[in-house]
Amino acid sequence: MQAPEATREREARPLGRVDVPASVRASRRRPPSSRTSVSGLLWLVPALAILALFVYWPLLQNTAFSFLKWNIYSGQQTFVGLDNYVALAQDPVFWKALGNNAWYAGISVVFQVFGALILAAIVEGLRSERWRKVFRSIYFIPSAISLTVAGLLFYFIYQPRTGLLNVFLDQIGLGRFDQAWLGHGGTALFAVIAMSQWQGFGYSVLLFSVALQRIPQELLEAAQLDGLGPVRRFFTISLPLVREMTGLMMILTVSGAFQVFNEVMVMTGGGPDNASQVLTTWLYHAGFGTNDFGSAATIGVAIFLITLLLAAAQLGYSRRRRVEW
Amino acid sequence: MVTLMRLGRGIRTTAVWALLLGLAVLVLYPLLWLGISALKTNSELFGDPFGFPATPLWQNFVTAWKQGVGDFVATSVSLTVLATLITEAISLWAAYGLTRVRIPLNRTFTVVILAGLMLAPTVALIPLVKMFQSLGLYNTFWGLLILYTAFRIPFTVFLMRAYMMDLPREVDEAAWVDGASRAATFWRIILPMSLPIVATTMVLNVLQNWNEYLFAMIFTSGTGVETLPVGLAGMMSRNGTQYPVVFAGMVMAALPMVILFFFCQRYLIRGLAGGVGK
Repeated sequence: MQAPEATREREARPLGRVDVPASVRASRRRPPSSRTSVSGLLWLVPALAILALFVYWPLLQNTAFSFLKWNIYSGQQTFVGLDNYVALAQDPVFWKALGNNAWYAGISVVFQVFGALILAAIVEGLRSERWRKVFRSIYFIPSAISLTVAGLLFYFIYQPRTGLLNVFLDQIGLGRFDQAWLGHGGTALFAVIAMSQWQGFGYSVLLFSVALQRIPQELLEAAQLDGLGPVRRFFTISLPLVREMTGLMMILTVSGAFQVFNEVMVMTGGGPDNASQVLTTWLYHAGFGTNDFGSAATIGVAIFLITLLLAAAQLGYSRRRRVEW
Repeated sequence: MVTLMRLGRGIRTTAVWALLLGLAVLVLYPLLWLGISALKTNSELFGDPFGFPATPLWQNFVTAWKQGVGDFVATSVSLTVLATLITEAISLWAAYGLTRVRIPLNRTFTVVILAGLMLAPTVALIPLVKMFQSLGLYNTFWGLLILYTAFRIPFTVFLMRAYMMDLPREVDEAAWVDGASRAATFWRIILPMSLPIVATTMVLNVLQNWNEYLFAMIFTSGTGVETLPVGLAGMMSRNGTQYPVVFAGMVMAALPMVILFFFCQRYLIRGLAGGVGK
């Protein structure tokens, strides 16, 4: 990147044509773009220092920890090689958690990527700008609220006897479907995921709305003149033109689904009987429930590898040429 | 034929509005229910969950405030303000250095700072706990402040860098010609020109810091410096809970961010779009 930038800067340098004040000439000041400035690194020092100390160093340490066995009583650490990894691979709860994260990712992609995209297209198709704004704003409100507060709210809504959901089902005559939504192994995970869709879909709708607004109106109008209905217009014009955004949202949503923590922790803590355990809550359990730092670090490495893979996918995706219009 | 088409369109319009309004109710009702329930007595809440309170019990808010929410708010406000301001300052300097100063190894440093974007905080959790325990930062306000600052820098620099790259190169040259030092150029020219992106990142950072749970729970649980999300979760799980009082606390946690969103929507949307679209 050095070469083209240098050329551009040399052209932009005003020296030849501008009347440089005598004071400036006398002080032997160099124009800011004329040479590489080592002292310019000072601008980066605070950011680099804090990141190195509190983000990258712990990350390296975590990898090192995953090869250790910790004795919680004596604090003694022993190198055990890959023992923690072998143990993790044989841990059924780890695979259960991984599967739960996959459910989380799959359902979130359906609702928060494709559902949100369709919804955004419907909202943006409204004639009245005021109503478009109203719906976008309303749908976003839960995203401004913390997942913790939303989780606590739904924890109450899902309560078996007094919770809003069961009371509502009773009143409309569907009482036979009443559940201890969070206390039952078959429903706990999905109850949490449902809350998460409620909380997060408006965020995606807002992002897709921004992407859809960038599509030139002429394209849509031309298609309309050709007799294409709104559904055909969506599939032939809007969808291809927001493909990049859709891809990115998919990667971000999946990556987020493998890092989910707050709502699971608040609503079920991974229970009942590990039914709604996810990777991060299992890491928390290993680290702070059973004080097994070695295996907690190993789960950390697994999360790191998954997110790294998805980040690489995202990078590859955004490097690809954008659709120009 | 024409009537048929018009009928079809009518049905479609109705369906669209039914869907949009239905979803709006689905989103708003639980929130309104939270607000209404916060004004009830415990027996009203359990006796008639859908009804209105006989008399709105504003006292619940006072009780919640006295039962700890006041302290949580104080912690959350100071943490959010300080962490946001420090993150903004450090990120502005870094973005300035990366975009407006010719530093050696520019590309390397850019990658080093932005790579932090992809790291899940959970991955660093165990070592951070160990480190903070030995530094005496575990269970302190300052520990949390450091974490909030550190983990928001990559995203903030990412947005600021993209913005500053597009500022015209000529302004730095002009400042130099006028005899301004590099620091003066930053403070008097680039910073004022970057205020829109500062506003955007501030809104995003305030939202994130106010709502953060993972670090807050692990690094401050059971201490005097719990943030709102941690404190409310603690109140909820206590035995013999007066639920309406907790709900009042939840309203106090949620309302400021909803208001912030409505007032700063413009900045927020630009930040979200820039954060994903680049």
